[in-house]
Amino acid sequence: MAQMTMIQAITDAMRTELKNDENVLVFGEDVGQYGGVFRATEGLQSEFGEDRVFDTPLAESGISGLSIGLSLTGFRPVMEIQFFGFVFETMDGISGQMSRLRYRSGGHYNAPVTVRSPFGGGVKTPELHADSLEGLMAQSPGLRVVIPSSPYDAKGLLISSIRDNDPVVFLEHMKLYRSFREEVPEEEYTVDLDKAAVKREGKDVTIVTYGAMVHTSLKAAEQLAEEGIEAEIVDLRTISPIDVDTVLESVKKTNRVIVVQEAQKQAGIANRVVAEINEHAILHLEAPVLRVTAPDTVFPFAAAEDIWLPDYTNVVEKAKTVVNF
Amino acid sequence: MASNTLEQAEGHFEMFQVMNEEGEIVNEDAFPDLSDEDLQELMRRMVYTRIWDQRAVSLNRQGRLGFYAPVAGQEASMLGSQYALEQDDWIVPGYRDVPQIVWHGFPLYQAFLFSRGHYHGGQIPEELNVLSPQIIIGAQIVQTAGVALGLKKKEKNSVAITYTGDGGASQGDFYEGMNFAGSFKAPAIFVVQNNQFAISVPADAQTSAKTIAQKSVAAGIPGRQVDGMDVLAVYAATKDARERGLAGDGPSLLETLCYRYGPHTMAGDDPTRYRTSDMDDEWEKRDPLVRLRKYLENKDLWSEERENEVVETAKEEIKAAIKKADDTPKQSVSDLIENMNEVLPPNLKDQLEEYREKESK
Repeated sequence: MAQMTMIQAITDAMRTELKNDENVLVFGEDVGQYGGVFRATEGLQSEFGEDRVFDTPLAESGISGLSIGLSLTGFRPVMEIQFFGFVFETMDGISGQMSRLRYRSGGHYNAPVTVRSPFGGGVKTPELHADSLEGLMAQSPGLRVVIPSSPYDAKGLLISSIRDNDPVVFLEHMKLYRSFREEVPEEEYTVDLDKAAVKREGKDVTIVTYGAMVHTSLKAAEQLAEEGIEAEIVDLRTISPIDVDTVLESVKKTNRVIVVQEAQKQAGIANRVVAEINEHAILHLEAPVLRVTAPDTVFPFAAAEDIWLPDYTNVVEKAKTVVNF
Repeated sequence: MASNTLEQAEGHFEMFQVMNEEGEIVNEDAFPDLSDEDLQELMRRMVYTRIWDQRAVSLNRQGRLGFYAPVAGQEASMLGSQYALEQDDWIVPGYRDVPQIVWHGFPLYQAFLFSRGHYHGGQIPEELNVLSPQIIIGAQIVQTAGVALGLKKKEKNSVAITYTGDGGASQGDFYEGMNFAGSFKAPAIFVVQNNQFAISVPADAQTSAKTIAQKSVAAGIPGRQVDGMDVLAVYAATKDARERGLAGDGPSLLETLCYRYGPHTMAGDDPTRYRTSDMDDEWEKRDPLVRLRKYLENKDLWSEERENEVVETAKEEIKAAIKKADDTPKQSVSDLIENMNEVLPPNLKDQLEEYREKESK
């Protein structure tokens, strides 16, 4: 088995599917010879040719439209939005069009598109590069939204996403691209969509989270353990739909929950998680479900980024609040 | 200097016409390769479509149709361009472009179901290469670039055609679609049916460009302004664009000058608020049916009896199609849920059970 970073695992997933299925196409801005601004598509054009891995003109709505049209003619597009902040340029293409193609045609057409895109704070980008906009996608019926937190999951989830016959928005946290390596099989494997993973077992408090906040939460769990509190960490992995069963199972075990998201507090996935727990497990709770989030401002490009982003101390503090409630 | 360049460029976009308002051929060299039977068939389709439009407007007023965007005045533009296609070609329509897909093979009763928002109105029959009419102005244009690129990659000997209006030509997607298709040399035909008004805003308020055809220059593709009420000109221009696409020379833009006699849609638009009856009269003189009828009558290829037959057939077929639409089982929320995803996510599985139970009562 090889040690891979998340970005290497992502490239490996695309390579695997380009090999497996001649209808898989990989395209976007700078993804061709250049290999993508993060090198996610490094070497793919040389290996599979310009017909299958190619640059597009610089226009996000055009890229989504291209994906839909290519789907209609039998292809399986893997398109890249260079930074997810640019999704506003193609909200219609994704939320208005590819998500609805199946319903609009009564099941006659489908859009097996994977929209890959980097996002997430902590890497000092300019404005509209790092924002957590997954909540916007999660409000579009017909879309699946996947956010891996590790190289192993990234490869398996990306392969599953590419094989899925409906559109999947696959969001890659920039901070995780090269922050650590782990063992990733070189052969193909899949990780199921719509399934959360328990990343750490514990009996005292459940931390429901996803993306880079999984690592923030793991660090918090170490600190909590030193203080005698065993946290269980549920990594949602697919944030729309969410795996309510896995969340509830953990809640029923620990009876205390916090939800951690990098996105602002005012909307998003944490609220959905809290609502599901409220509807299905309120009698199992010993304390209110609390949230650790960023404040309700725009993403502070660079200057205040480190203070704005939730860190492990925020998680420790909130976990203790529910444990000591 | 710069303004001279603009004037020179704009001078290249003169309207292409084959047959004038009197049904006289004014451009013999450009007369398309159409037999007498083809010309009669085009006339038949235009008459049929005019009757269908009248019936649709009336059904809408009775509350029996749903969403409808009238097409009278645009028959030459719609049907002449569709007639230039082969059966394998793709049509990616805007919301008004229902006649093109119906004449390409989409069943009329399903077009009525589309109007009513029934999902069966979007279930395109196997082997028919059309999409449901797009509601978002411009979204179909970028998708067409993708369909055309797909056809090229699959080495199909066919093209993708899409339609929008003068307002649609102001959308970013209009430029993106042309530019993408141009960059990939994809066999696409972009038709802008310039019917003079985007709901109420006149075409000259959309842009300072004298023609919409000239916008092709920015994408590096050929553009042509066509008399959109001359079915022969529309047919010939589309045929040229199609051949160009098949030859590997890439996409084309066609601007068809036409007029919508009716309102924008049947949902409350009142054209008297933005255009004069003089303007209506002026355009009606150029009517596409009148001029082809004159041309054919002069050649003894058309008669009142023949026209009446078409009208009667159209009325009967439309009646039958409406009946078939009425007889289609009503759509349920369960149908909606079942068509959202290939594999239903858990939340929808629960909601499906809930609605099945509600709907069984």
